[in-house]
Amino acid sequence: MILGLARSWSLTGYAIAVLLVLPLFALLLQAAQPDEAVFGHLLSTVLPTYIANSLWLILWVSIGSLLLALPCAWLMARCEFIGRRYLQWALLLPLAMPAYIVAYVYTDLFDYAGPVQRSLRALFGWSSPQDYFFPDIRTLGGAACVLSLVLFPYIYLLARTAFMEQSLSLAHASRIMGCSPWQSFWRLSLPMARPALAVGVALVAMETAADFATVNYFAVPTLTTAVYDTWLGYGNLTAAAKLSAIILLVVFSLIGMERFARRKQQLFQKQSRIQASDLYRLSPVQTLLALGYCITLLVLAFVLPSGILLSYAIDYFEQSWDPIFWQLSVNSLSLALITSLVCCAVALILMFIRRVSPRSSDALPSRLASTGYALPGTVLAIGVLVPLTLLDFAINDIADWLRMTGPGLLLTGSTAALVFAFCVRFVAIAIGSVETSYKRISPSLDMVSLTLGQSPRRLLQRVHLPLLTKGLFAGALLVFIESMKELPAALLLRPIGFENLATHVFQFVSDEKLEHGALPAIVIVLVGLVPLIYLNRSLEQDSR
Amino acid sequence: MKWVTCAALLGLMSVAQSAHADEKLTVYSYRQAFLVEPILKRFTEETGIGVNVVFAKDGIAERIAREGRLSPADLVLTSDFSRLVELVDKDLTSAVKSEKLNSNIPAQYRDPEGQWYALTMRVRNIYTAKDRLGPQAIRYEELADPKYKGKICTRSGKHPYNIALVASMIAHHGEADTKTWLQGVKTNLARKPQGNDRGQVQAVKEGLCDIAIGNSYYYGNMLQDPEQKSWAEAVVINFPNQTDRGAHVNVSGMVLTRHAPNKDNAIKLMEFLSGDVAQKAYAEVNMEYPVKTDVAPSTLVASWGEFKSDQLPIFKLAEYHQAAVKLLDEVQFDL
Repeated sequence: MILGLARSWSLTGYAIAVLLVLPLFALLLQAAQPDEAVFGHLLSTVLPTYIANSLWLILWVSIGSLLLALPCAWLMARCEFIGRRYLQWALLLPLAMPAYIVAYVYTDLFDYAGPVQRSLRALFGWSSPQDYFFPDIRTLGGAACVLSLVLFPYIYLLARTAFMEQSLSLAHASRIMGCSPWQSFWRLSLPMARPALAVGVALVAMETAADFATVNYFAVPTLTTAVYDTWLGYGNLTAAAKLSAIILLVVFSLIGMERFARRKQQLFQKQSRIQASDLYRLSPVQTLLALGYCITLLVLAFVLPSGILLSYAIDYFEQSWDPIFWQLSVNSLSLALITSLVCCAVALILMFIRRVSPRSSDALPSRLASTGYALPGTVLAIGVLVPLTLLDFAINDIADWLRMTGPGLLLTGSTAALVFAFCVRFVAIAIGSVETSYKRISPSLDMVSLTLGQSPRRLLQRVHLPLLTKGLFAGALLVFIESMKELPAALLLRPIGFENLATHVFQFVSDEKLEHGALPAIVIVLVGLVPLIYLNRSLEQDSR
Repeated sequence: MKWVTCAALLGLMSVAQSAHADEKLTVYSYRQAFLVEPILKRFTEETGIGVNVVFAKDGIAERIAREGRLSPADLVLTSDFSRLVELVDKDLTSAVKSEKLNSNIPAQYRDPEGQWYALTMRVRNIYTAKDRLGPQAIRYEELADPKYKGKICTRSGKHPYNIALVASMIAHHGEADTKTWLQGVKTNLARKPQGNDRGQVQAVKEGLCDIAIGNSYYYGNMLQDPEQKSWAEAVVINFPNQTDRGAHVNVSGMVLTRHAPNKDNAIKLMEFLSGDVAQKAYAEVNMEYPVKTDVAPSTLVASWGEFKSDQLPIFKLAEYHQAAVKLLDEVQFDL
């Protein structure tokens, strides 16, 4: 704590925070405008269906991913069997898969014309859709399955850690008091893991609420697609902002639920770690079942889709391997790079202020800046565009007033709007990462540095920065990946004519010919795999 | 702090690569860039005026409105009529007076004030399965006939092509009857509206449905695509309502934007697009019907035969556009 920390640091912190919450306020302001009855018309016709679809989807995906994740988490945390070491990180792989790519691949497989139904028809001699029943994948249920498959690792990761950190003596006690292993799981381990599960489910639910591409491809109208249609189809930004406000209501109640579930987290501090000798050894039959379950899940969620993607890419390599591919990659990479650098810089400044400032109010900027993560891409786009457009006009008005040639659409006509939006959405990740690293730096180092007469800036530069490198790098990496994958915000905010890998792949998906865009899709998946290698390392350390 | 500065600089650089004004024309296009690029290339060769064309599936009108006087767009190319009118209604166009345009484009295919000009015509055809239904003297009205229950495939009702068709139904039959008709069509659908026009023909080929609604030029384009040839060969192209009012026709077109930075060159481009070279290219490359009367459709398109087209004045489509969207929402056509 630096008692004499200059006010200018606090001011900088607040200025950054205000900038980053600006979109949220702009959106709410826009939503409060009157809108020529478009919203009323939607409300009386299709909106109830949209809202119901959104809520059902969130519910089904939450339940689906929970059911998929729980057995894996328990097996990996408490049991010992062949292949466990590999499976425990392999089960994270689906996180690298954008849901809409999985959606496309499965539609290709299970559609009426797909290989599955074709062979069924050939096998049983059916000739038309009236002859038999086959579930349609392009439905709410199909979307829920696909999203569960790619999102369950969030819950798996958190639940696994929770199970590992539970005190074993409690489990022993319950067994001594006559609980069967199952009873011990249901009555002790599961309730104790509840906070972690709540966090995981909330994460999954938020990702579901933000999903645009999958539901768009499946033609399942939800609130996110409604925002897009209302904005670009009806051309009514205000009605779109009103719809966005409904999404925000959903998202913030999810966050509220998560906070509520976590309120007693302190009770669950770990006391003893589970040793390798404590793990429950599975019998051969049990091993077979466990392996069967985990491997099937892994194949369905990752191996099969990426295999098919790879075969597309090989078949259409000639078409995809062209200068445009390079341009797209450069666009994606540079956008992601700039975003992660800016996010890290912002996170560093905000967390430094929070750490050294004697004023408790200086913790606020980093908290405020983190709220952007709750804004789904479609919603964020509106919030970003409104103030930036005003700013663009102000800049040109000033230029006119100075009798200079205005720069044109400096912010909204360039990638600046995209970088800004990505920063608003992803800075929370960098802040979280820096925060964790800061916890490991002893405050006595700060004191030593100050006693030796260093200024706050020198403290940051010479003491904190070197010690935070790892945390910053991890944060930058995560922001980088998210920026590569982010689709709706890129779709809505890109300068006209600008394409990156995600928008390009999505174009192919919506034109029903991902085959031609498989190569860029693979790049997105590959880049997404990088942080998993890091996660894997920390998992390995955990289990030692 | 050094790299923080670096980051800031990089951020600025990304800003700096923004649209710096140059002499090139900027075209915002609802039509995919590869369709118009060859034509624009010819224009550049002839005149030396560069053209930058950018494609967006939706939201062009919204974007131009937001960009206001700072918009870099000179010209907008649309793929249907409602989008032309949307641009005019939002006051985003400027009137063009040009002898050349007036002589190239017949009066019914341009705005009396010159706010918009049509470039090509496209029929909303009904495709039938070659082996199951064969050629049919079908009418749009019959799509609601219970005898076709579970046999029809279409893209989203909210797609501009379908909205225009619904608008023409309202113009001929009124809102109440059109609503009943839409409900009938909805019950006849083989699956929830999805995909694009080509996807519907593919579905017919696969046996999912027997009838697909789709624009005329897709048929020609599919026949020339090695992958999709077999889809097109599985269907027959029918021109609906030949016994009464004729087939529903929509147009693609262009407008000059209100704040176009290079108006004179933009008008030159408009004149070029309505001229023989470009009109022929539209006909040959994309299998559309040219608006210029002395340019013939491609031989393939001509081989589908003469047809009678709906004589409903095209501005009527715009008049009933909103009503059509509302009806589609009311019957929950896509849900």
